[in-house]
Amino acid sequence: MLIKRPYDIKSSEITDKKVYLNRRLFMRGAVLAATTVATGALYKRLNPPPPVTKPREKLAEVQKSAELAGVPPAGEKLTSFEDITNYNNFYEFSTDKRSVASEAEGFVTRPWTVSVEGLVNKPKRYDLDDLLKIAPLEERVYRFRCVEGWSMVIPWVGFPLSKLLEQVEPNSQARYVAFETLYDPKRMPNQSRGVLDWPYVEGLRMDEAMHPLTILASGLYGEQLPPQDGAPVRLVVPWKYGFKSIKSVVRIKLVEAEPPTTWNLQASNEYGFYSNVNPRVSHPRWSQARERRIGEYGMRETLMFNGYADQVAQLYAGMDLKRYF
Amino acid sequence: MKDTWFAKIVLFINSLVPLGLLGRDGYHHRLGANPLEFVTRTTGMLTLIFLLISLAVTPARKITGWNWLTRFRRMLGLYAFFYGFLHFVTYVWFDRFFNLKSTAEDILQRPFIAVGMLSFFLMIPLAVTSTNKMIKRLGGKRWASLHRLVYVAAAGGVLHYYMLVKSDTRLPVRFAILLGLLLGYRLFVKYQSSPPPPATIRSIPR
Repeated sequence: MLIKRPYDIKSSEITDKKVYLNRRLFMRGAVLAATTVATGALYKRLNPPPPVTKPREKLAEVQKSAELAGVPPAGEKLTSFEDITNYNNFYEFSTDKRSVASEAEGFVTRPWTVSVEGLVNKPKRYDLDDLLKIAPLEERVYRFRCVEGWSMVIPWVGFPLSKLLEQVEPNSQARYVAFETLYDPKRMPNQSRGVLDWPYVEGLRMDEAMHPLTILASGLYGEQLPPQDGAPVRLVVPWKYGFKSIKSVVRIKLVEAEPPTTWNLQASNEYGFYSNVNPRVSHPRWSQARERRIGEYGMRETLMFNGYADQVAQLYAGMDLKRYF
Repeated sequence: MKDTWFAKIVLFINSLVPLGLLGRDGYHHRLGANPLEFVTRTTGMLTLIFLLISLAVTPARKITGWNWLTRFRRMLGLYAFFYGFLHFVTYVWFDRFFNLKSTAEDILQRPFIAVGMLSFFLMIPLAVTSTNKMIKRLGGKRWASLHRLVYVAAAGGVLHYYMLVKSDTRLPVRFAILLGLLLGYRLFVKYQSSPPPPATIRSIPR
């Protein structure tokens, strides 16, 4: 093969080898940098948003609860405000626990009414402000145990549900209390997706609802409850798995028969009506023997009735808790 | 594409980006209230993503005719295994604290753990036999049939994810659809290219 040397190209026009190599190196560096940045951006996009840390309005006149001294979790460290308000199961806004706070930002909770009805002598539709004046607001530090195997210690602000029920005077037929969350897909965007049967409903037996530990909470850390934690008013039942503590309540109905509950409707073999915290009855996806306390790396043993056995065990005397899980 | 060497470096570094960012967020305490759950979820998700990308190589190659794509398949598969290994370690370390008895009990108690574990173990022989030497030693045909285990591992991985989700199954279902398309394409090609056996032979009763 004959190779002719290109005499017509002057040697001064030939790109210097060094320049050529530099350009190639530069191009490669640019490709590497650009793809890396793009991959990083994609990763960030698929990640949950940063936490929302907006302070809320302080609640006036919150008193420490005197009658409940000695109730657990005495001496346990409170979970941080940031964690309590940025790790939420509130499917009405998002099914990703870290995205609920930002999705729920700006959720309007005024005006708000709670209708108390059913088998009562004095049914009433309460305006939120009137509801919160039924009894003095008190701070209640409770353990909170999620069915998913994690737990927190939360300083709620609220008042016993029994005070409200006493006002409406349940009649002798009333045996259960049914609760309902707001249904408004415009304000709770994830309700337009069929993840659960909306609205979210929950229920308690009458004696559970009247128990002094059962509260309606409207605050957290002395401030108004943030939307992601169930504003403006939610139920808190500390000896049951978290999903029983229904959020953003608009209706409370006294009924005769055991009311349907959302997660039980979703999977009755996994979530019972009672759903008392019980380390001996495991869930098919989460062993309930241990829990991870948010803020800790190790695991804690889960306690019967979430550590409230002294206060509530008598409610279930003689009941087979494996069957009525 | 001649410059495979450089392209491999680009792929290698890009595949490490999620791990780097996860590490950085962890160092700055930005993994949320439950960092271990987040690390578990992210490494699991990355395992599935790399499994799907590595399974997409062959269909992409056949459709586009870009045979050089095959050269990236091994690295993608090894990354799937690498993230699967991190996922496995996070579970055994921070969920079970290296307690063999409690791990065994957990596998027996929770079917989704068993399915995930099995899928991960199926990937081990594939990672071990991924070198050129091993391909030669096994012989192309045997190697290829062994590596069909990746279909089972991927299906198991997606099933593991589906079983774990409480009620919002949108993401696992999307993974399942993608996997179905990738595996369906293979079946489609297989049955289209091999001519059906003559009818006379098939109709002879035996």
